[in-house]
Amino acid sequence: MGDSMKYLKNVVTLKQFPEKCTGCGICIDVCPRGVYEMKNKKASITDKDLCIECGACKKNCEYGAIEVAEGVGCAAAIAIGMLTGSEPNCGCCD
Amino acid sequence: MSVNCCGTGEKQATPCCGSAPAYVSGYIETPAGKVQQVSGVWSRQESIGQIRCRISGSFRMHYTVDPGLYGIGNPTKESPVFVSANYKMSFDILRRELNGIYGWILVLDTRGINVWCAAGKGTFGTEEIINRIRSVGLEQYVGHRRIILPQLGAPGVQSHTIKNETGFSVKFGPVYAHDIKQYLNNGYKADKQMRTVRFSLMDRMVLTPMEITALLKYTLIYALAVFALFGLTPQGILFKNALSEGTLFVIMGLLALFFGAYFTLVFLPFIPFRSFALKGFIVGVAYCALVSVTLDNPLLHNRYIQIAMFTLFPVITSYLALNFTGCTTFTNMSGVVKEMKIAIPLYVIALAVSIIALVIYKLVSWGIV
Repeated sequence: MGDSMKYLKNVVTLKQFPEKCTGCGICIDVCPRGVYEMKNKKASITDKDLCIECGACKKNCEYGAIEVAEGVGCAAAIAIGMLTGSEPNCGCCD
Repeated sequence: MSVNCCGTGEKQATPCCGSAPAYVSGYIETPAGKVQQVSGVWSRQESIGQIRCRISGSFRMHYTVDPGLYGIGNPTKESPVFVSANYKMSFDILRRELNGIYGWILVLDTRGINVWCAAGKGTFGTEEIINRIRSVGLEQYVGHRRIILPQLGAPGVQSHTIKNETGFSVKFGPVYAHDIKQYLNNGYKADKQMRTVRFSLMDRMVLTPMEITALLKYTLIYALAVFALFGLTPQGILFKNALSEGTLFVIMGLLALFFGAYFTLVFLPFIPFRSFALKGFIVGVAYCALVSVTLDNPLLHNRYIQIAMFTLFPVITSYLALNFTGCTTFTNMSGVVKEMKIAIPLYVIALAVSIIALVIYKLVSWGIV
């Protein structure tokens, strides 16, 4: 049950550029949510709404085939960020 | 490079300074120096430590092991290298799951933070791994050039950079340490199950104590404010009134904490809608309705109290639920930002309504309105 839990629809910033993909498969290895699968020797997105925007795929793709905006997802940190104009940590995971 | 142990003057891979910690079961002699050997079996200390980590923020903040190289079993130059954070719980879980095999454990300085959070911050990261490999001189201990990382470290780690800088290629192991042995047996391959993070009922339940303890200090302030409000008369604050009228709202506040911080998280998949703020709000409304129909308190028949109740407590449970988005394994920042942009203005309006309703209630009870 835990792995199929999904959050809001159509909000994630994940973008894939298939023309740059070489099919190395590292994105499939690092993604903890099963966003990618191999299709026709290239990585293909299974369900974008599964993405947690952790950035692991983007960071490990040598070919620049992935774009995503990663950042702190903690509500308290975002609230503080909205009020102060920055994105500081909430202090609970320092 | 290895350091001199201040006690014996011998070279070893981890500084010790005095007697070795309890989890060190001995030393491994290598041509490059002594390496602390760790046990794969937990003592009571580890079990108690794990529980305390789930309850006390101050405990877990200082629950660390020294960074450096350790060995489990009797590792040789062919044995695999596993990379860990220096949060003791991460380290303990790893060595427990490695029990029975020979390996090296490279502990990073993640400032005592677990793998996933540290990866998000960058402390379980490319630079630290490169520096740690160099500072322990990993190439002196193993003949191969492979390190195995926990998959949840990936957000902080650029594997190709590590390979280029150190010659060590990164293999991403499974999400959960308990799959490591299978991963090794499969020839360093993880299947889809092993590569997926979960959020089971147990995962959710272990998070709740920390959330609730973090909020307890606010409950005292809340209780005092509520008692003061209900006890307020034009002559001053009367304790009799405070207790007889205020107790209901104080208890409802405490229950809202329970429903928002515990109930909503535990029953998360069963509550409708995807929005956490909405899930929390629904639970709050249901809980207030339940109290309204089951409790026979004259206050509950008062129109203004009803308005205050149905605006204040569902907002509390909604906010507590929204706060949980930071500790799940399936939410994303874009979604949380969207939720907050809608929820926060609504919270402000609802709280204003709640306060106005309570003020009117007081004015009516004083006969002014």
